[in-house]
Amino acid sequence: MAIVEVRDLRKEFGGTAAVDGINLVTEEGEYLVLLGPSGCGKTTLLRLLAGLERPTGGDVVIGGEVVTDLPPRARKIAMVFQSYALYPHKTVRKNIVFPLAAAHVPKSEWAAKVEWAAGILGIQRLLDRRPRELSGGERQRVALARAMVREPQVFLFDEPLSNLDAKLRTSARDELKEFQRRVGITTVYVTHDQVEAMGLGDRIAVLNAGQIQQIGTPEEIYSNPATTFVATFVGAPPMNIIRTDGKLVGFRPENLLPLEAVGSRDDQLVCDFEISRVENLGSDRYVYGSIPALDPEAKVIAKLPSTLTVVARPDTREKYAVELDKLRYFDPDTGERVAPDQRTRTP
Amino acid sequence: MSSSSARRPRTIRGSIGLYLIVFFFAVLCGFPFLWATITTFKTNQDLYTTGHNPFAFTQAPTLDNITTLFTTTPYLHFIINSVVIGIVTVGITLVLSVPASYALARLTGRWGLPMAIGIFVVYLVPPTLLFLPLSRVITVLGLQDTIWSLVLVYPGFTIPLSVWLLLGFFRSVPRDVEEQAQVDGYSKVGALVRVVLPLVAPGLFTVVVFTFTLTMQDFIYALAFVSSSSQMTISVGVPTNLVRGDVFYWQSLMASAMIVAIPVAVIYNLFLRKFIQGFTLGAVKG
Amino acid sequence: MSRIDADTTSAAIRARPARRRRYALERDGVLGSLMLGPAVLYLVLVVGYPLVLAIMYSFSDVTVGSSRFDFAGLATFKTAIHDPHFPAVVAHTFIITGISQALVVVLCTILAFTLAANFRGKWFVRFLVLMPWTTPVALGAIIWLWMLDSIFTPFNWFAQQLHVIGPGEQLNLLGHAGLATASVIAVQTWRTLPLATVIVLAGLSSIPRDVEEQAEVDGAGFWRRLFGIQIPLLAPVILVAVLFGIVFTFTDMAVVFILTGGGPGDATQVLASWAFYKGINGGNLAVGAADALFMFPVLLGLAIVVLMMASGRREKS
Repeated sequence: MAIVEVRDLRKEFGGTAAVDGINLVTEEGEYLVLLGPSGCGKTTLLRLLAGLERPTGGDVVIGGEVVTDLPPRARKIAMVFQSYALYPHKTVRKNIVFPLAAAHVPKSEWAAKVEWAAGILGIQRLLDRRPRELSGGERQRVALARAMVREPQVFLFDEPLSNLDAKLRTSARDELKEFQRRVGITTVYVTHDQVEAMGLGDRIAVLNAGQIQQIGTPEEIYSNPATTFVATFVGAPPMNIIRTDGKLVGFRPENLLPLEAVGSRDDQLVCDFEISRVENLGSDRYVYGSIPALDPEAKVIAKLPSTLTVVARPDTREKYAVELDKLRYFDPDTGERVAPDQRTRTP
Repeated sequence: MSSSSARRPRTIRGSIGLYLIVFFFAVLCGFPFLWATITTFKTNQDLYTTGHNPFAFTQAPTLDNITTLFTTTPYLHFIINSVVIGIVTVGITLVLSVPASYALARLTGRWGLPMAIGIFVVYLVPPTLLFLPLSRVITVLGLQDTIWSLVLVYPGFTIPLSVWLLLGFFRSVPRDVEEQAQVDGYSKVGALVRVVLPLVAPGLFTVVVFTFTLTMQDFIYALAFVSSSSQMTISVGVPTNLVRGDVFYWQSLMASAMIVAIPVAVIYNLFLRKFIQGFTLGAVKG
Repeated sequence: MSRIDADTTSAAIRARPARRRRYALERDGVLGSLMLGPAVLYLVLVVGYPLVLAIMYSFSDVTVGSSRFDFAGLATFKTAIHDPHFPAVVAHTFIITGISQALVVVLCTILAFTLAANFRGKWFVRFLVLMPWTTPVALGAIIWLWMLDSIFTPFNWFAQQLHVIGPGEQLNLLGHAGLATASVIAVQTWRTLPLATVIVLAGLSSIPRDVEEQAEVDGAGFWRRLFGIQIPLLAPVILVAVLFGIVFTFTDMAVVFILTGGGPGDATQVLASWAFYKGINGGNLAVGAADALFMFPVLLGLAIVVLMMASGRREKS
């Protein structure tokens, strides 16, 4: 269990910076998610942590030791790739002992370690199979067993759920979280799926264009996004951002509700909502429209839970309201979060 | 395979046309070998009388020609020499081209492919251009008239081809399996040996086979460097040394050719798919 | 945000330089050079160096007997060119290469399409088709030598049965200049056809199916699909396939040496066999090298074509 730290880390590929000056420190035993769209640098950052890429500048520190110039095998880490990278020509058992052989662990100790790892993941009966005979979920478990058998300081995951069927993903996600909670090893996890990030992370680092936009708990990221990018990337549907009075104002769709449902109060912003379209998705209704009085061009979405039976019909105009303390303000030029009437930097 | 005639029911006319073309090419390519095989089993009297259908046997087919080939000519020496040269050349080639090809596939970034093409172009430098200076070099080194002169020179064309073939196979190994091995505790070379090489084993086999048979193709180096029949390879020994005086013992000559041609063709057929895969850098899955 | 104080980190940075040096050998650049080096060195010594020597020889007067080596300027080239047979030798080289490979272009395409179809006995046909290429050149040539023997060739019997010639007559295929050249062309076509076919066949199977199906849906018949879509798409592959045949035929001496010995007279001499006769039989290494070097411009041109095509393909991928 160790802390991972990254200082002024920079990686350039042919002139463009994939990772552009990142500073980051994990907490011991935490599950840190690197979240962002394709090309934001999250995988590059992970590979820099692993030692599969050498940085153009900056340092990587793992467990108090500067590992910047060390190859992966010297870093005492374990990594799980998107494809799980099981050795196709070896049995499951041989896959799991592979890191032990590399570390010159005496053969007499292998059986015990394999049993321990296989036991935690429940794959004892698979030990003599080959990777091509396994299902997606089984492969993940084998990859995890192989990762933990050497008792690394840090786990690194590169979008391991992306190759699984959508149905399988939720249960696999659950297994992953349980697994990490059990072994308690510091984990850095890359994904582009913000639902996955919110579900798995103790903290989430949102990246864009090689830089960290915000690090915080899922709660913090969701309720208090530091930039418009974070605000619109996290949450589905994304936060509504409208431009009014030379400011950017944001509020989450679930906070925009029909006035008749929430009742009139003092701390509200009431507006005329022009409804253009309604989608009924079962558990929620998405009401698409705009607020002409504030920003005629912005598309606004209201998310109504199914428990709310208020009528919403296309091509009508209704009064909708948002609680004032649910409004978030952003600088129209930089996209950064500002206090309602001041310009201060976000923490 | 994409072909319209394979997907739609073929007309009778189309069928006949196809089989006619097939027959034409089969004859075009195979007739010389048919003639050579028939010749092999003919007695002198049968063979050297004109006027009758040459494809028929006027006397019973005989194995004598094959027996005399092995008992009265240096043919066995030729075979042994060719095999020894082939094996040693394959060894040298593998030792040099496996690391080189891996380096081009994984360690040289953007310059990998251009450099690989450069190496491949070396394969196109003809032996008929190099044999003259090389014969001088061989003499200076004291290797003239030995099979080792050929062992020295053959890697000059087997290495480029091997590097090119292996490149295709190395590139087909998923990168993350290699990186997984590095994270799991091996150096790049360690990962190469323990994970990559087992995965490209079919490619290695293919390279061994093609390198070996390629050494048997050479004629001019063997002709230029070697004069004693005890040191000759099949390629140069058969056309130049199986002639006694002015007399061509054609049946034995044809036997000597077919004895080599058939096994080599069989082996090529077994490995053709893999060869194409490597040759096209994995672009075509055989 | 940092939970590690600055002191600990900088102490860690100071503490570990020794370990870092141990891994210097594994940097991609260093390791790559180490792994690539030996092969490149071998090729430089066994191919590059002789190539340079060949060029030097052609500018000298070196012979097999002498160990002297004097610079002779362009004199050797002049001697080589002014040899009365030289223009014919060059002509033969181009004629034999040109005609045989033109035939290969047409035949390999037809054969590739044929082999792409399904029919009975396909594996056997494929086996036969490959044999001219898999068989060592010299052995293939000796088989043809027997097959075209002036007295005992089976074609005499065929011609007699078809009443092209009378009962006692012979075709003497290797005895007349024109027929001998045709025979050499035949052998070169025969032995380079399989490789070209295999390459085109591979190219055929990588034509995206949907392009063809689109053409079918759009109403194109068999011939229009063939000439309008499939062959144009195949053109680059056919070019690559024939490139090899051109190189192998242009620089080959084995077929000529064994089949005709360059004859009758010097009617079928090509640059490669001519260089051999001059250099080894004639003992004049300088002239031999100069003769052989005349192959070089064509080869260089072909190499450039290869490189251009390869970089074009790279940009696409």
